[in-house]
Order: sequence, then C-alpha cells, then structure tokens
Amino acid sequence: MDGWLDIDHLGLRESGTHIVEDVTLTLAAPRTVVLGPNGAGKSTLLRLIHGLLHPGSGRLTWLKPLSQAMVFQRPIMLRTTALENIEYGLKLQGHAAPERRRRAAEALTRVGLESIAGRPARLLSGGEQQRVALARAWALEPELLILDEPTASLDPASTREVERIIGEIAASGTRILMTTHNLGQAKRIAEEIIFIDRGRIVEQTAVARFFTLPQTEAAQRFLQEETP
Amino acid sequence: MTTLGDSFLTAWQLVSLADARLAGIVWLSLRVSLTATLIACIVGMPIGALLAVGRFPGRRILVVLFNGLMGLPPVVVGLLVYLLLSRAGPLGSFGLLFSPTAMVIAQAILVTPIVAALTRQVVADEWAEYREQLRSLGASRARAAATLLWDGRFSLTTAGLAGFGRAIAEVGAVMIVGGNIDGVTRVMTTTIALETSKGDLPLALALGFVLIAVVLSVNAFAYALRGWAEKRWG
Repeated sequence: MDGWLDIDHLGLRESGTHIVEDVTLTLAAPRTVVLGPNGAGKSTLLRLIHGLLHPGSGRLTWLKPLSQAMVFQRPIMLRTTALENIEYGLKLQGHAAPERRRRAAEALTRVGLESIAGRPARLLSGGEQQRVALARAWALEPELLILDEPTASLDPASTREVERIIGEIAASGTRILMTTHNLGQAKRIAEEIIFIDRGRIVEQTAVARFFTLPQTEAAQRFLQEETP
Repeated sequence: MTTLGDSFLTAWQLVSLADARLAGIVWLSLRVSLTATLIACIVGMPIGALLAVGRFPGRRILVVLFNGLMGLPPVVVGLLVYLLLSRAGPLGSFGLLFSPTAMVIAQAILVTPIVAALTRQVVADEWAEYREQLRSLGASRARAAATLLWDGRFSLTTAGLAGFGRAIAEVGAVMIVGGNIDGVTRVMTTTIALETSKGDLPLALALGFVLIAVVLSVNAFAYALRGWAEKRWG
C-alpha cells in the first residue's frame, strides 16, 4: 500500500495541556477509523489533517496531494433548500451554475433524498440533514473524505443509511478517514484502525487484528469498556 | 388655552381626516428616515459582518468604536454635518444644508454604527456555529461574511429596525441640518418640539400618535416577518 499522508511528530497544545502529542504515522489504507476514549484527541487530529487547526509542532507531509471534504458530527445547514446547500459547496469551487445544479441533484439522488430537494434544509430531520451534508461533501468528488463522528447523534435507521452512503463513497474511490464511538461501525467500515489515547497514537493495526488481538493494554481496556 | 381633553379630540380629528399638512410632515419623516436607514444598512451590514469574521489589525478597536458610536448624540452629529455642509464647509458648494438630503446624511451617519454593531453581534453568533463548515468548504473570510449576512437576513431585520427606530425618533440632528423649515424640512419630531413650545398641542399630539403608530407597526411587521421566516426556513 502506498502511503498518502506522513504525519511527523505532530503536536497541539491548548492552554498548557497536550491535545495531540507527538503523533507520528503514515496513512495508507483506503478506509481508516480513528478510535479512542472521549477527549483522546480524535477530533483534533482530524481537524489538523483537514487544515482547520494549525499544528503547534511537527508537520504533515502529503505524499499525494488530495482534495478533501469533511462531514461533521452536527450537520450545518444554510437557510435555504437542501439542493442549494449542496450547490453552495460547488459554487465555492467555482463551478458554473448548470453544472452545479446537475451535480447537486445527482448527489442528492445518491443519498436517496431527491424528493426533498426543494425543502428548507434546516427543517429536515437530523438524519436527513446529515445525508444532505454527505451529499454536499460527495458532490465535491473529494479524494479524501474526513468524517467526525457522523452518526453520533442519529437514530439506528439513519445510522445504517449514513453507513451505506459512506460505503458507496468509499467504493467510488474516495479515501475515508473517520472517527466513531460505534465499534460495530468501525468494524464494518475500517480497513485499518488507529487507536489514540490522551493525544498519543497507541496502535495502528488492521481492523481484524485490532478487534481480536489488540496489542496494547490501553486498547484491550478500551474494547472491554466499549463492548456491551 | 385648550384643555388636555380638547387637544386629544382635535388631534384625533387631524389624524382621522388625514390632514394635508399632517400627511406632508409624516411623509417627509418616513422618506428621510427610511432612506437614511437603507443607506445605513448598505454600509453598516457589510462592516458589521467583516468585523465579525475578519482578522485584521485594529479589529478589536473598531468593534469597541462601533459599539461606542451606537450612543452618538444626535445633536453632535447634526453639528458635524452642519459644519461639513455649511457654505464655508468642505462640502458647502453642493448647497445641501437645510434640505431633506442633509437630513438623510445626518441620520445615516447616526444610524450606521447601530446597524454595524448589531449586525456584528448577529453574524458573530452565526460564525461560531458555521465557521468550521464554511472553512472546510473553502470559503474565504469575505465570502463567509457575505454568506452569513444572507443566512442571517431575518435576524438582521432587528438591526435595521433598531436603526430606523433611532432615525425616526431623533430630533437634534434633523433640527440642526434641516432647519425645521415649514413644508420643506419639517418632520414629525421637529414639529412636535416646535408646536409644543408654541403651545399648539393638538398638532403636536396628533404627530405624537402617528409617530408611535409608525414605530409600533414597523416593529409588528418585522416581528411577523421573522416569525414567518423561522417557520419557513428554520
């Protein structure tokens, strides 16, 4: 597997405490899930990779420069229709109106929401809003899609739908990097697991190995605590 | 000297008959204050949005400045605009002093900081919520400011409304730069001040009624618009 991102001694402090500390790893897998307890620094790591935060120390080296999009835990919808929310992202990338409309409509169809294209986005259910957010990201045809706990506030049916969509986005060739608290979801989606605790990388392993033979005590404890 | 009761009666008759003189004064007031508010919104809203999302040196100082200027005394603004527009002033050659245009200028200056400061507040709250998403999509700060102005358009009616309330109710600035000339620059507030000092209470009272009615109905309209918009767009 060819790596696409080298992370070298990455660190970020906030008011004296390390949020991410001395993270060194190479991302190569097409589908990577970052696991770890609350406050381990998972979201911060994703934001550093996406460029929303600037590292305090260390650096990111893109071995392949990848176009990116990010989906957040809570979908942010503009006060306009679902379709125009998707078009907005395309507009910022400078696409002309007819192409925007076509690609936005296609993306909405792929997430199964073509029937609500004209509805005000903020009045949709949480699950529908998250699917619009996924469509907005997908329409940009990113080479890397970063998702920060995309199903954390969704019901089981919406969660399944979001997982299906993530699977399709991955199948279309987009690399996936996400965090979740849902271990079943991590198993279903991931090819590789990165386990992080207190801002440090503890394990980076293939998914099957992580769930059957976690290498570290911290990961073993985490799996015991998180498994019902 | 009429009694208070008679004054109310005559005032009510003036309003209900839509007395021509009264109507002229009301119309001029609305024209001047609405134009001033419109200009203040066009100038103040982008300023407010950029103060909310922008990162440039002096931003904090400007925020404090605009907040402070919300309490600008109308007579002082009137005086400054008077000095600018008077014959000897830098803009004296335009001959604008004692015209409705001068009143619009003075009120626009008075109201712009109010609109800018209130817009900054609204947009800053939105920015806190939208920031990561907009940056992730690649929006520049100027673009984000424009997007948030559009997205917050219904909340921003409050900013415009506060500006209009200030403009329509102030006396000092329009008195100084307008001169309170009968039939030319006489607006509701200046007429009320003049007629009260002359002892003609019915006209003053009638205008007082209208002034309150205008302010209340504009507020009611804005309130209804916001309610509708929240249901429509969430």
